[in-house]
Amino acid sequence: MEISNLPISPSIRSKLLSKGYTSLSSLSSISPSFLAQELSVKLEEAVEVLRAVSDTTTSKSAHIPNGIIPGAVTAWDMLSEEQMQRHISTGCEDLDAILGGGIHCKEVTEVGGVPGIGKTQLGIQLAVNVQIPVEYGGLGGKAVYIDTEGSFMAERAYQIAEGCIYDILDKFPSNSREFLSCKERLQVNNFLAGIFYFRICSYTEQIAVINYLENFLTEHGDVKLVIIDSVTFHFRQDFDDLAQRTRVLGGLSLRLMKLSKMFNLAVVLLNQVTTKFTDGSFQLTLALGDSWSHSCTNRIILHWNGNERCAYIEKSPSVASASAPYLVTGKGIRGINSNFKRARIM
Amino acid sequence: MANKLINQMGLPPSLSHVFSARNILTAKDALSLPETDLMALLDIDIALARSAMASISEATCPPFQTGLALLEEKMKSGGHLSTLLPGLDIALCGGIPFGALTELVGPSGIGKSQFCLKLALLAALPECYGGLNGRVIYIDTESKFSSRRMIEIGEGSFPQIFRLQGLAQKMAGRIIVTRPTSISEFNDSLQQMKLTLLQNEVKLLIVDSIAALVSWDNEKGTISSRQSPLRGSLSFLKSISEFSRVPVVVTNQVRSHSSDDTFHYIFQGHRKDTSNSERSESHLTAALGIQWAHAVTIRLIFEAHSGHRFIKVAKSPISSPVAFPFVVESSGITLLNQEGISVAGSEINAIRCQGCNILTQ
Repeated sequence: MEISNLPISPSIRSKLLSKGYTSLSSLSSISPSFLAQELSVKLEEAVEVLRAVSDTTTSKSAHIPNGIIPGAVTAWDMLSEEQMQRHISTGCEDLDAILGGGIHCKEVTEVGGVPGIGKTQLGIQLAVNVQIPVEYGGLGGKAVYIDTEGSFMAERAYQIAEGCIYDILDKFPSNSREFLSCKERLQVNNFLAGIFYFRICSYTEQIAVINYLENFLTEHGDVKLVIIDSVTFHFRQDFDDLAQRTRVLGGLSLRLMKLSKMFNLAVVLLNQVTTKFTDGSFQLTLALGDSWSHSCTNRIILHWNGNERCAYIEKSPSVASASAPYLVTGKGIRGINSNFKRARIM
Repeated sequence: MANKLINQMGLPPSLSHVFSARNILTAKDALSLPETDLMALLDIDIALARSAMASISEATCPPFQTGLALLEEKMKSGGHLSTLLPGLDIALCGGIPFGALTELVGPSGIGKSQFCLKLALLAALPECYGGLNGRVIYIDTESKFSSRRMIEIGEGSFPQIFRLQGLAQKMAGRIIVTRPTSISEFNDSLQQMKLTLLQNEVKLLIVDSIAALVSWDNEKGTISSRQSPLRGSLSFLKSISEFSRVPVVVTNQVRSHSSDDTFHYIFQGHRKDTSNSERSESHLTAALGIQWAHAVTIRLIFEAHSGHRFIKVAKSPISSPVAFPFVVESSGITLLNQEGISVAGSEINAIRCQGCNILTQ
């Protein structure tokens, strides 16, 4: 059983099997030179095989802190960790409240809606809000914005950053010493410089950038948010083989989840809608199919409720399904009750 | 970038030989496979497959820019084509943006082609008069381009320019009109355009209208093939507009909608929308479906009701939803109200066509 699951190349695997080595124990006490001679392969390749074998066996009997499974943590440890987590505010207090504080780090959140409802606006707002300094209640981190549709407008990001800073200074008017030092950091240009923007023109580039993110995030350790706007565009157009599309998307979502846990950041994916025939009529649903709908941890749907824009939490492991109205103003995403003037743009 | 060749990526020679031996020549072929498939196909071990994927991804990934650099770049290169309609220009933060797809949608005869003619003229004008001083490519699928009307608009809007000797001819000479008769011809001209846009200083691309192309090809019936006609052209249009930083303006038609007015999500349940009874007079919706609606960056809806015509900014990343009443005169489209009327809620997406039909008066 075990040889067929070793991560080695197929030709070496077939040689092992043909020589009669079918289990890991049969390889446990062989020297590399002997194996090289047996299989008529190079010495380095034999060393590789034996290393793969020892990796698989030692991990089973490694010293485990909890004595049960390697790499696991207890629920209590996770709870203490979660309570210390900060959340990324969306700009709308009602929406933050139903989300349990905001967008969670270490989780993948999907946001979908019809065109024009404000998905890109929410994306840019989050990219700005993640940069709010810790002293003012934010995460003080940077953002990676992966744009597949060309909807990111730098002028709008400027307006939203301006609005965010204005509101912070309004809320924390104190002039105490600790606030003074980070007040200098509250410049619109700093916020704009903290957004790393990638423009992606095909699904190949989308896959490439997600693969490359691991290296990028190791270099730029202060990134706390990755937004993909939108994850659907190229996959809807250029893929002819739907089964392959599902597989590729599955790989992408796994990688994103791994990145979010490894680097302790939030991943937000913006999705489009499509119509699906259920219960005798066409219903709106998020694009990319049923398999994709399982891959994200949280799902928020932005929709029209009469004349109001509403955000509905459709799926979340930790908060209840609820709806909150929000507004798209000149300063960005805000709640219904917030003190604002519907400012004219420019 | 997707078609970057693997043997030019700087991988160790033994590895790139293995890739080409298995006919995996471009980044697209390699990245579409999961790592384990790659390992099995190329007969290499998993660590090598992973590092190969990482190098290919790094080579294929486009470089990043910071938001600040983006803004500075936009400030330098202008970034907008002014429509000379002050209210609309303010709402769109300067005018029709470069590098993005702007859609004009509305019922027939409302003034979309008139708007396009004026835009073509504006882009051809020299910079001292507020134009872009460049060529314009006008893709006319419904044979609506009338050069006589365009000169009339020019004489009405810029009388001092057009009276100058030969200037009218020079302006008209900068506008290139092409009339494709099928989607494949359209795609071919788009491909050729990639080069000409840069070489010939084309500053504006107008497609009037894109819905007509799709309706020709619709005889092929099945739903799956209805998806295919525009797929390639759509991302291509977007990418050429971005790389050459030209505005692309596309006109769309309207279709009537079936009785089930707006679609709802499953969690919204089935609701009887009694307030919409007055809207049942004209069930109109933009053609080409919701996928197209997602793809355009800015959508301007032209509609008519209460005896007036309106331009509505329905989808735009930088404007609030406003509607401007307008009329079509000899000098083109003129706004009656520069302030615009704020439109709340999902009204902004409705397309109405009332009071335009002489037969009902």
